[in-house]
Amino acid sequence: MTADADRALVERLLDGDPRALARTISRVENRSEGYRDVVSALYGHTGDASVVGVTGSPGAGKSTLVDELVGYYRDDGETVGVIAVDPSSPYTGGAVLGDRVRMGSAVGDEGVFVRSMSARGHLGGLSTATADAVKALDAAGFDRVVVETVGAGQNEVDVVRTADTVVVLVQPGSGDDVQMLKAGILEIGDVFVVNKADLDGAARTVADLREMLELRGGEGRTRVGHHGAVGVADERRDDENEDEDDEWSPPVLETVATTGDGVADLAGAVDDHRDHLRQTGRMRDRARSRAAAEIRTLLRQDTADLVEAELRRRGGVEAVAERVADRETDPYTVADDLLAPVQAALDRRQADDDA
Amino acid sequence: MSAEQGQAESERDRPIRCLVAKVGLDGHDRGAHVISRAFRDAGFEVIYSGLHRAPEDIVQAAVQEDVDVVGISILSGAHNTLVPKVVEGLAEYGALADTLVLLGGIVPDGDAKRLKEAGVAEVFGPGTPMSETVQFVRENVPTRR
Repeated sequence: MTADADRALVERLLDGDPRALARTISRVENRSEGYRDVVSALYGHTGDASVVGVTGSPGAGKSTLVDELVGYYRDDGETVGVIAVDPSSPYTGGAVLGDRVRMGSAVGDEGVFVRSMSARGHLGGLSTATADAVKALDAAGFDRVVVETVGAGQNEVDVVRTADTVVVLVQPGSGDDVQMLKAGILEIGDVFVVNKADLDGAARTVADLREMLELRGGEGRTRVGHHGAVGVADERRDDENEDEDDEWSPPVLETVATTGDGVADLAGAVDDHRDHLRQTGRMRDRARSRAAAEIRTLLRQDTADLVEAELRRRGGVEAVAERVADRETDPYTVADDLLAPVQAALDRRQADDDA
Repeated sequence: MSAEQGQAESERDRPIRCLVAKVGLDGHDRGAHVISRAFRDAGFEVIYSGLHRAPEDIVQAAVQEDVDVVGISILSGAHNTLVPKVVEGLAEYGALADTLVLLGGIVPDGDAKRLKEAGVAEVFGPGTPMSETVQFVRENVPTRR
């Protein structure tokens, strides 16, 4: 695709043409030629959308809840873009992306744009592809962007990190879910939701979650009751209080996605969190750390591509691997050898800078 | 540079995206499920529409998901009414040329002929081996750009 065609595509996207938006997402998803220029052109038009990430174990009711949330935003007159990430088969690479089935509020409404994405086969990582797709929806003028993913692994955690607010969904009575939360998702949640709150065990799960969140809050919070001494202790207490005002304590909400109960509360909590980020200046912090992560990912991927090409030029990894296997050389020597031109170029640059 | 080579490769490896669609008041989705799985096992990305969709919903989903293939499953006999609406909707968005429209189900020969003239690429009746449908998709999926 030519640069002119790319410019036209971006223009159409900014005009709100759904097909141009869909095409752009395909471009970034497939990393097809010239996609970088497209994303660059879009970047200046982003930053206005409120981005919510929703994660949770399979069957927790993510899609159904997202559908309700979309309906709520639509009733409020806001437009919504949804990116639903589904796992794909590690064997064939194929996937049945089923979230659309449960998103009834989207049909026949131009103010909702739902895009399904398979979790596999993304060069440069799923989180990069998702972040770029979020940018496309943002630039196209959607007020809200919801990113939905199964919270199964690091990949998915990285994906929801592209959001301003991360909602973690848990279903009642599942000790396993809470175990999973211990393993890392607890740290990334800004809002916790116990869905299917009409089932037995919901109150227990809410209590368990609150307890775990207390622990996560750290000692600062639990120590509050112990002050009363004078001098140093008082000073420390003031510091703690200040930290506390700054600290967001994640609420634990109850919803029944199938009836829509609690969805308004969820939308409210998401907005509260956004306000909190704004007031404390953390919105900016998050944007900065997100940008840093994106830059690092891109650099890693680009240098890997360069090295890969050099490797191909030298007959591919197979040839050198053969020599290493025969003990003619060793992996470190091979790596040093391959990277020598890169190192030399960087050394030269540093010498120029020093001079 | 190297990145260009990489991109050319990724373009070839791009998985085929399919929308498997049930339209109208037809609750028989076994066939749609079977074809979805067959497509998945063939390495395609499959988006399933769910039951009882209006033709406009299918068009909207096909456009937003930017699919290469729309496979419509109809067993109710309403194909003459519903299928042309999907085809026309895709044409309105300028998406028809990029989309392979397939029809599966019980469709009389005369209807199949008319629908093919209207823009359906192929009609697959009962008993069609999965491999045949998968092969047809692989050979006829539109090349982009």
